[in-house]
Amino acid sequence: MSVILTSVLILGGIGVAGAAVLYVVANRFNVEEDPRIDEIEALLPGANCGGCGRSGCRDFAVACVKAASLDSLACPASGNGVMKRIAEITGLAAVAGKPRVAVLKCNGTCSMRTRVAAYDGPPSCAIESFLGSGEGACPVGCLGCGDCVKACPYEALHLDSDTGLPVVDDEKCTGCGVCVKSCPRRLMELRMKGPRGMRVWVACSNHEKGAVARKDCKAACIGCGKCVRTCSHDAITLTGNLAYIDCEKCRLCGKCVAVCPTGAIHSSFKVPTPTTEN
Amino acid sequence: MKTFSIGGVHPSENKLTAGSPIVVLPRPDEVVLPLNQHIGAPARPVVKVGDHVVRGQMIAEPDGFVSVPVHTPVSGKVVKIDKCKTPQGVPADAVYIKSDDEDRRRDEETVATLSPVRDEATVEALDSKEIVEIIRDAGIVGMGGAAFPTHVKLSPPEGMAPELVIVNGAECEPYLTCDDAVMRACPAEIVRGTRLLMRAAGVSRGVIAVENNKPEAIAALSAAAASVPGVEVMTLKVKYPQGGEKQLIEAVTGREVPSGALPVSTGVIVQNVATALAVERAVVYGEPLMERVMTLVSPGKAGNYQVSVGMSMRDMVGEFSSEVGKIIVGGPMMGRSASNLDTPVVKSTSGLLLFPASESRRPEIEPCIRCGACVDACPMGLEPYLLSTLSRLHRFDEAKEQKIANCIMCGSCSYACPSSRPVLDFIRIGRATVMETLHK
Repeated sequence: MSVILTSVLILGGIGVAGAAVLYVVANRFNVEEDPRIDEIEALLPGANCGGCGRSGCRDFAVACVKAASLDSLACPASGNGVMKRIAEITGLAAVAGKPRVAVLKCNGTCSMRTRVAAYDGPPSCAIESFLGSGEGACPVGCLGCGDCVKACPYEALHLDSDTGLPVVDDEKCTGCGVCVKSCPRRLMELRMKGPRGMRVWVACSNHEKGAVARKDCKAACIGCGKCVRTCSHDAITLTGNLAYIDCEKCRLCGKCVAVCPTGAIHSSFKVPTPTTEN
Repeated sequence: MKTFSIGGVHPSENKLTAGSPIVVLPRPDEVVLPLNQHIGAPARPVVKVGDHVVRGQMIAEPDGFVSVPVHTPVSGKVVKIDKCKTPQGVPADAVYIKSDDEDRRRDEETVATLSPVRDEATVEALDSKEIVEIIRDAGIVGMGGAAFPTHVKLSPPEGMAPELVIVNGAECEPYLTCDDAVMRACPAEIVRGTRLLMRAAGVSRGVIAVENNKPEAIAALSAAAASVPGVEVMTLKVKYPQGGEKQLIEAVTGREVPSGALPVSTGVIVQNVATALAVERAVVYGEPLMERVMTLVSPGKAGNYQVSVGMSMRDMVGEFSSEVGKIIVGGPMMGRSASNLDTPVVKSTSGLLLFPASESRRPEIEPCIRCGACVDACPMGLEPYLLSTLSRLHRFDEAKEQKIANCIMCGSCSYACPSSRPVLDFIRIGRATVMETLHK
C-alpha cells in the first residue's frame, strides 16, 4: 500500500512542479501575437498554394496585419469576399481584384496533333520535356502527363481521357497559378474569369510559321491574321505567327472564334456559327 | 592496370563495329549547319541567303568567348537561314547550303590536292597562343559528345597551372567504336595532335588513355608515340564511365576533382582523341572542323563512317525497317533518343544507333527495395536513390545539400537498379533545378 502511495505522491509532485515551471515559463516568455493574424488565417483556404506570392496562408495573414495598405496583397484563391473581411479586420481599404482562372494554351488533342514518337518513361511532363519534344511533333505543345493536375492544390484539373489534355474546372479553379509554374512548357495562363465566366483565348503556343505549325498540329494557330482583321475592338495582336487576345479589350463578341480556320481560338461559351452567306 | 576507384558498372560492350575501317561517305548535296553545335553562345551567321560559299569557309562567327565559328564542308549557295529541328524535335537556327555539279567537282579537287599549309618548322615555331587561336578559328569543340569549345579548356582561369594533358581514348560507351577506328587509322596524327595540345596548354607531359578492350589502337598509338618525348600511352581497365572527365583524371593521376571545382584545378586538361586529330588537321592542313567519324549501328547497316557535318541523318541511315523501335544519338548510356531523323549530323555526334523495338522498351518500374546497387554504382560517390526521391518530391534544397550538382548524369544508377527504376530521369530534373539556383 505504501509503495502505491509513495508512487502517486512522487509522480503527483513531479506533475505539480512541472506545471509550475510551465506556468512560469509561459508567462515569462509569452510572445504577444496580434489576434487578428489568427482571425485572418481562419478565413484563408489553408492550402498554402502560394498564389498570393507568400510562402503560405499564415505568412499572408501576417503580411496583411503588418501592411499599411492592401494594394499589393490579394489571396486569389479566396476571392473578393474574403478580402473584404480581411479589410474589415485590419481596418484598411480593400482593393477589388478581378477573379482569374487558368486556361490551357494548347489544343493538341490526340486527333489533332501529329504523333512522331512514343514516350515510355516515367509519367512526368518535366522528364518528358527534358528528354525531347515529346510524342507530338509540336515542340511547345502539351505533353499530357498531367504535372499540372498533380500540382493543383484545389483538384480543379483533370486529364480528359479522349483528348489527352488537362481540363480546368471553373468552379474549383481559384487562379492561384500553381499549375502555371508546374508546366515545363508554360502552357497555362491565368486569364480574367470574365462576366458570367465568359472568356475567349487562343489555345495554342506555337510560334512557328503557318505551314510548319500546321504540320505539327491541325489545330495550331497558323498566324493568318484573320482574327486580327475581324476583331472590331482592337483586342487581338499577332506576334511571331501567334495571335494573342487581350482580355481587357475583348468584348466577348466571339467573331474571332467563328473565323479561325484551325479552331485555335477557344471560348468558354457557345459562339453562334456564322451563316454561309457571311 | 589503372582505373577509377569509386563505383562504375560493366554494361555489355556490344562493340559490333569494332573491326570496321572508316568508310568515307560522299559529301552531301545539301548541308544544314546548326549554329548551336557547341556549348555556349550560338554562332552568328556571316553569310546571307544567295551568297556563294566555298568548302572550309566560315559561315558563322563566334559570339563571345565561349563560342566557336561554323564552317561549311561543301561549296555551294546559301539557300536559307532558318530553323531546323534537332534529333529531339526542338528547333534551332541553321544555315542551309546547297551545292551544284560545278561545286562538287571543285570540292573533289580541293580534297584530292589537300596539302599541309604549314611545314614542320613553321608548326614547331608556333607559340601556345597562336595554337589556341588556330584551334578557335577552326571551330574545334570536344568531340566526345559534350561539344565544349576546346580553346576555352586550353585557356584555364588565372592561377591554375596545368601540368598534364590527357587525351581521352577510353570510349567507355557500349556500341561506339568511332574513337577506336580513328586511333587505329591515324595514330601518328593523334600523337602529333597531342603534342600540339600539350604545347597549347604549356605542359610537357601528355597521356593518351585507352581502355584495354582496344589492343590494336593501343599498339598503333604506342608505336607512334615511341619516338615522341613526353607523350605516353596508358592502358586502363575497362569500366564505365571511364571516359568521364573526372573519372579519367582520377584513373590516370589518382587526383580527385574537388566538388564544384573545374577539372583543370587538378592540373589536368582532358581532350578527346578525335579532338586531338581535329587539332592536327587544323594546325598542319589548315582544315577547320567540318567532318567527323561516327559509328552507325542499324539493322541493315553498321560501321564507322566519316561524314560531313550538316549531312542529314536520314540520308546517312538510308532505308530502315519498321522493326526499329528506338533511335539514339550518341551512346546508349548517355546518348539521347531521337524522335526526328531529318536532322543534321553535328560536330559532337559520335554515334547513331537504331535498336529494334523488342530491345528498346523500358522494363516495368518496380518499387525500390533499398538494395543500394545505385550507391555502389555511382562513380561520384552519391546516393542516387535518395537524390531521385528528393527530386521527385520537389525537395530541391535537400537534394542540393546531398550534392546533386555533382552528378555527371552517366546513368550507372539506372543501369544498376534491379527494379528498373528511372533513377536518373528524376535526378536530371532535380539537378537542372539546383543548377539554375546555383547560377542565379
